[in-house]
Amino acid sequence: MPEIVVFDYGSGNVRSAQRALETTGATVSITSDFDVALAADGLFVPGVGAFGACASQLRSVRGDQIIERRLSGGRPVMGICVGMQVLFESSTEHETQVPGIYQWPGQVVELRADVLPHMGWNTVSAPKDSQMFAGVAEERFYFVHSYAVTEWELDVTGAFTPPLVTWANYGQDFVAAVENGPLWATQFHPEKSGDAGLSLLENWVEYVKGAK
Amino acid sequence: MSLAVRVIPCLDVDNGRVVKGVNFINLRDAGDPVELALAYGQAGADELVFLDITASSSNRETTYDMVRRTADQLFIPLTVGGGVRAVDDVDRLLRAGADKVGINTAGLANPMLITEAAEKFGNQCIVLSVDVRRADTASGFEATTHGGRQSSGRDALEWIVEAVERGAGEVLLNSMDADGTKNGYDVELIRAARAAVSVPIIASGGAGAPSDFPPAVEAGANAVLAASVFHFGELAISDVKQELRTAGYVVR
Repeated sequence: MPEIVVFDYGSGNVRSAQRALETTGATVSITSDFDVALAADGLFVPGVGAFGACASQLRSVRGDQIIERRLSGGRPVMGICVGMQVLFESSTEHETQVPGIYQWPGQVVELRADVLPHMGWNTVSAPKDSQMFAGVAEERFYFVHSYAVTEWELDVTGAFTPPLVTWANYGQDFVAAVENGPLWATQFHPEKSGDAGLSLLENWVEYVKGAK
Repeated sequence: MSLAVRVIPCLDVDNGRVVKGVNFINLRDAGDPVELALAYGQAGADELVFLDITASSSNRETTYDMVRRTADQLFIPLTVGGGVRAVDDVDRLLRAGADKVGINTAGLANPMLITEAAEKFGNQCIVLSVDVRRADTASGFEATTHGGRQSSGRDALEWIVEAVERGAGEVLLNSMDADGTKNGYDVELIRAARAAVSVPIIASGGAGAPSDFPPAVEAGANAVLAASVFHFGELAISDVKQELRTAGYVVR
């Protein structure tokens, strides 16, 4: 079975992510160790709190370098919630000057909605050929966030496979998930989305196995 | 596509056992928290709340163990409140597997606790839990402490606004006037809180029948919480969701 590392670079509930991933049969450890995170079959990057703090903490343990090196070798990485947001270029949250780690262009902005955070179970619109949402495209997933990417800006041309972008709506449309080669991400919490979330994690672990 | 109204069972826990009183008095034992939590997950609960009423702070390890055992098996959001006095308590509960932590009495005594916890862990995991009753204050509602037994001297609406400004990302609004009555939620209180803040509101206190739930959502609640009516099998989660669906609300 594949070895998954839940990247532990701050505080928060990483235990649930570990247990949820273990239900897929994978071997899961929690660490911020550079070499262990680099060597894992799959790297799971959670993230809570403010964008700036999260991006700074990630850099302080060289998480940006780990992600960069893994991706250049085609090794799977999955970002969750703010762990997805920091993959973009920047955020307007608290007027932070801390940049994202810029795997994708685009800005994380506050959602235009009457009640924030967007908290609870919502539906998504996944592309038909999504591997991430295979079997669970009609299910609801658990979101908790006030900021999101509302415009997908990566312009793919030439030989690159176009990324699959899944959208959701709360006040406005926003990016709920991305499958871009070895880099996957969700704005929602699959580890908190009941059986649907566990199935989605199984889909990722299947992908990780294939990339081994 | 739209966000579902959350239906949330609350388990009052004393020394690792689930209890629920009427108006917080006459506690009755209703079972093992982990077993109940898993049963609620199967029954369609959208989240779960543990309210720890253990009197002695020396027994906190029992609480962390219960949170760990629950979070290891239940993959829906888990909020834990009760007895949270310091930022370190929040950290321990999150590390044990809680997704959100409720701050009540200690927040009134030391509002900086909310500020510091929200800065450290993010607004999304700090829930202001407030026990409200009618009183002669500016809004007509006051915040109480110690499970509703003492007046805090603070206007409830003013406190809710302050706590949200300090970083609480959600309000668990418990009506002490309605709690245990089974006469329905306190829609007047929910409306007043909805007008005051723009974070999600969990309505709590007073649910007795399926028909009690839609008015709470109509008044502005984003989630509805109940305890004893679920524990003693008087209502099933599915009954509540069916009632909400019939009333035109989206449920999971």
